[in-house]
Amino acid sequence: MQKKYLQWSLYLAGLLVLLAASVVLSLSVGEMNLGFMDIFSILRKGHESMEYTILSQIRFPRVLLGIAVGGALSLSGILLQGVYRNPLVEPYTLGISGGASLGVAFAIVFGLHLLVGSFVLPIAGFAGSFLIIFLVYTISTRNGRVNIQTMLLTGVMISFIASSAMMLLMATTSSENLHGIIFWIMGSLDEPDMSLIYITLIIALVSLVVSYLFVQPLNALRLGEEKAKHLGINTDTAIKLIFLVASLLAGVSVAVAGVIGFVGLIIPHLMRLLVGSDYRILLVTSFLSGSIFLVLSDVIARTIISPNELPIGVITGIAGGIAFLLMMSHTSIRSLNKSR
Amino acid sequence: MINILNIQNLGCGYPKFQLSEINFEIPKGSFAGIIGPNGSGKTTLFRAITGILGLKTGKILLSDKNLKSFSLRERAQNIAIVSQFIEAGDMSVEDYVLMGRIPYHSRFNFFETNEDFSIARKYMEMTDTWRFKDQLMSELSGGEQQLAGIARALTQQPQLLLLDEPTSHLDITHQVHILNVLQQLNQEMGLSVLMVIHDLNLASEYCDRLILVNQGKIHTQGTPEEVLTFQNIEDVYKTVVVTQNNPLSGKPAVFLASRKVLKDIQEKLSKL
Repeated sequence: MQKKYLQWSLYLAGLLVLLAASVVLSLSVGEMNLGFMDIFSILRKGHESMEYTILSQIRFPRVLLGIAVGGALSLSGILLQGVYRNPLVEPYTLGISGGASLGVAFAIVFGLHLLVGSFVLPIAGFAGSFLIIFLVYTISTRNGRVNIQTMLLTGVMISFIASSAMMLLMATTSSENLHGIIFWIMGSLDEPDMSLIYITLIIALVSLVVSYLFVQPLNALRLGEEKAKHLGINTDTAIKLIFLVASLLAGVSVAVAGVIGFVGLIIPHLMRLLVGSDYRILLVTSFLSGSIFLVLSDVIARTIISPNELPIGVITGIAGGIAFLLMMSHTSIRSLNKSR
Repeated sequence: MINILNIQNLGCGYPKFQLSEINFEIPKGSFAGIIGPNGSGKTTLFRAITGILGLKTGKILLSDKNLKSFSLRERAQNIAIVSQFIEAGDMSVEDYVLMGRIPYHSRFNFFETNEDFSIARKYMEMTDTWRFKDQLMSELSGGEQQLAGIARALTQQPQLLLLDEPTSHLDITHQVHILNVLQQLNQEMGLSVLMVIHDLNLASEYCDRLILVNQGKIHTQGTPEEVLTFQNIEDVYKTVVVTQNNPLSGKPAVFLASRKVLKDIQEKLSKL
């Protein structure tokens, strides 16, 4: 076997172990601490105990949602960075979060969630983000060809418009609604509806598999659009489809968990530093480390000022940002990378 | 003799610049060069052949088959392109060269086969880039990157190799080295080569056919002796030149004269 493939298997195995460890940590830590070993015996004993209820009703759903949303956001980020060949692009740059926030703000201001039920919020968020995606996509497509630069600028502009429109809604609504909107925007893995969690997880995993169909275009696009075409890649189709997959991932994540920033920007960067620029390994490692990062951030968010909970977006922003700056200042990682 | 490339009445371009009435043939196994001033349409012609730019009129035949009937993948299996600059950044030289196998991989081929590795290795050894295989592309010099680009193109195992000014930003050592590599590939493997090249003397020395392009049309084509006459060059480049044969190869060489020298000569002539 090639040395390269061996190394990839090691990265993969390492991240899976880390993910398992963070899942166990997340299950055991909280208002009521459970021993690592106890978790298994509690689960085996089943339904009766309070510990079992805490695990299955409160912690397990959070962990699942953390895996799904963290993976989805990170995968979305790496896909978009691959398409745009721009390391500063993340799922929210293109106005996807702005659209979702606007949709949710709209639903709250007009009391749709009281009228129909709270499940309307994720639907409104999803509708909002897909409206934005549709706009960005149509505006930047001409004669069946997408112009990547136009697309980026359009996304940024529409994102501004969406956030201004949301400010407008917030300025004119009651303080009670305002609180609801702000709380939603800050993001949380607290989702009572289990079926929504499963849907998110399935979409995230299916997208991961689907994104592997675009590994060749992504790898070829590292050389630029024209040179990718020289290698026989139909870049127009690939770019459109990758954009749609990335948007779907981000839209679903934002709709279910609110605006959780930085995951889609920082994790892909870290992975590039660690595993190199080949998308065959980047996609799956980005997904896994996004999951790990969000599960751990959630642990911090709900333990640091326990029994209260911090918005997870705050943790991902602060912890992620600092960790990233530290990584950047340690250039040794880059030189490690070179020896491959 | 089979023509590797046969271009008939080609017309294409952009709103502000058009190529028209382009007709030429390149026999299999040729080493051909496209020359012409900046903005004459060399790159546009290249983009038409590579399929980046659609044709308005005419057709391009590759070994007697219309290029239009080729899928992008089939094109990439038959025509490989080395661009002037290679921006491969953070990937190892070997990974970069292996990308030449992409046209042969299906969507579900996630791993390179041993065959892919050995093909890449063969052409890296041929271009003397095997010794850099684990270095990053960004760590190589311009000339070495160009050689890696040629190795990647050969890894596509094409019938025709296109090069866009492969030597324009290199010193003479690297210019000659790269052209010698190409010449060797041309002679030993029978690979057909077509390159855009600025340097008229290098074009003359290495190419067996030249196509002189000017203002979107072909001015002259033929052997270096037929194309590189001082009349043709002065007509196209609007520059006074003298041509003489290279004492070693017998190929035409082009000499320039500064304005001062020309003035001095004129003064001398008027005194006579």
